[in-house]
Amino acid sequence: MNNMLKKSVSRRAVLGAGVMGAAILAMPTILRAQDKSLKVGVYGGYFKDSFDKNIFPEFTKASGIAIESVAEPTGEAWLVQLEQAAKAGAAPADVSMMSQVAMLKGQTTKLWAPLDMAKIPNSKNLIDHFINKYPDGGVAGIGAVAWYITLVTNTQAYKEAPESWAAFWDKANADKLGLLALVSNSFLLEITAKTFLGGTNALDTEEGLLKAFDKLAEVKPNVRLWYRDEAQFEQSLKSGEIPMGQYYHDVTGLAASEGHPVRSTFPKEGGVQDSGCWALSRASKKVEEAHVFIDYMSQPAIQATLSRKVGTAPTVKRELLDLNEKEFGAVSSAIAPIIPRYDLYTTKSDWLNQKWTELIVG
Amino acid sequence: MKREPPQSIADYGPLFFPAGMLLLFFVVPFGTMIAVSFFQRQEGGFYTPAFVFSNYERFLSAFFGGVLGFSLMLAVTVAICCVVLALPFTYLLTKLTRRLQVFWLVALLSVLSLSEVIIGFAWSTLLSRTAGISNLLVRTGLLDQPVALFPSFGAVLTGMVYQALPYTILVLYPAIIRLDPTLMEAARTLGSSPIRAFFNVLVPALRNTIMATLIMVFIFALGSYLLPQILGRPQHWTLSVLITDQAIYQSNMPFAAAMAVFLVLVTLGLVALTLLVGRKGEKA
Repeated sequence: MNNMLKKSVSRRAVLGAGVMGAAILAMPTILRAQDKSLKVGVYGGYFKDSFDKNIFPEFTKASGIAIESVAEPTGEAWLVQLEQAAKAGAAPADVSMMSQVAMLKGQTTKLWAPLDMAKIPNSKNLIDHFINKYPDGGVAGIGAVAWYITLVTNTQAYKEAPESWAAFWDKANADKLGLLALVSNSFLLEITAKTFLGGTNALDTEEGLLKAFDKLAEVKPNVRLWYRDEAQFEQSLKSGEIPMGQYYHDVTGLAASEGHPVRSTFPKEGGVQDSGCWALSRASKKVEEAHVFIDYMSQPAIQATLSRKVGTAPTVKRELLDLNEKEFGAVSSAIAPIIPRYDLYTTKSDWLNQKWTELIVG
Repeated sequence: MKREPPQSIADYGPLFFPAGMLLLFFVVPFGTMIAVSFFQRQEGGFYTPAFVFSNYERFLSAFFGGVLGFSLMLAVTVAICCVVLALPFTYLLTKLTRRLQVFWLVALLSVLSLSEVIIGFAWSTLLSRTAGISNLLVRTGLLDQPVALFPSFGAVLTGMVYQALPYTILVLYPAIIRLDPTLMEAARTLGSSPIRAFFNVLVPALRNTIMATLIMVFIFALGSYLLPQILGRPQHWTLSVLITDQAIYQSNMPFAAAMAVFLVLVTLGLVALTLLVGRKGEKA
């Protein structure tokens, strides 16, 4: 023992050990499963935590493929990173959960490797519109989960839940709203069209879009915060600093179940339904593993688990699920949802972005 | 000891490493950015190599002009506020005992270890209606009910001055402490009040330092994009916020690059102008 202590350890050895240690810490999956692994990108924070806890360990048990989950930022930031990496032949994640707008933008640059449906037999369970296809019929992505953006309020500031999106326009709510800051993730144009212009078809023409922008301009004095970062709004909503706004139904439900004074309401015009797809980067070399993973995630039983544990709405057909009325009601609503006009965000994205920025900044 | 001018290439040897680093980590990325700013944007996709001016054309509008003007104004205001606060503070600091000086400098350095995110969220809590300082004013009877002090221009300014002040002091400190103390003593002996001596002797003696500090804080503040988002309303967003929007959320790299190039050019132009005016003033 004494001898060992006396042995001088060279500086180099200490540094070497440090580097080795860091490398081991950085690559846990390599140690766990040397042959089969898959890097999966899911939205960071609560979403990733629930997947890490409730979904991925079961998958590894069933398939022998180790999952390394990667926290991805919301919106299109992740798309830009994946695209830049793919140009250099790298994939920061093999499979990623992508929102519809990001899916479509990635499709125009062929970022997503076409999926072989024969290797994903469970894809027959999905509702048709949750399968994203290239113009030539190739499959770009398969529905992972669906979620709703709803009208949220602080229960201490609002004793009664508001019934309609029109509450955003109510003069009584001056300086009280928190809204998403981007045209392509707030879907406020669709909300305006559905609430005041008779439906999202009103956005077909440039004239209709301008009308929606004009109506939306009336909301501006009521908005205290245009948020890009969800944490910014969630904290203010819980404390009552910003007592009303638009937010995600699943996360709000979780916050409420933890005892925070918040509620999520499906307005009578409907919540905004958006969805995430599993998509495979064309730079990924884990094609086989990715197909196994996507097939696994498309099983009705797994979709039901997601609804129960993560609070997302399922992408497989309702009749295949063993969710009871109450469980289904917690993640979805009988009111017909507002479906975003995804086509606008690819064909007119720059024009919309310019008008939008001028609207909120100007 | 006499310094010999470098004779052979080998004498320049020590310069190669920093020059190489500068080339690799500054010139190359900046050149790439300039190149991308001329690329063709693919709407709904990314970009293709080309040589077009459309990205610059889009920027040349009253709207972006206004945003650029606001960003410059904000950065200038932050720089002036910082120097006005830091100059008397640093002067008084140099008059303290060595022990106290070290204490203050360590405290200031520790502020630098805070990230912009932490500073932003801390100030947003301090200025909030539900938990902020206005509650203290209500407690002391100065206000009837708590109010929200953010988002506002004042909140953005406060946050940015808070962030830049330690830099300002650390840049001013060496210059002030090296200043000949006999200058002030002479002024005092000749009957000038301390405040008069400060403005008539100390400030002119530090002219170049003050100018350099103003420029440094100005450039530092110009790059800020998080604090205006957290503490300001959309009309307080700087050009850097819009650049981030284009690059990260709209995947419009060419336009973001064009805006960034424009911002760099305007900044360099302003700095050059300041130095030019300063030199002319010196000659007069």
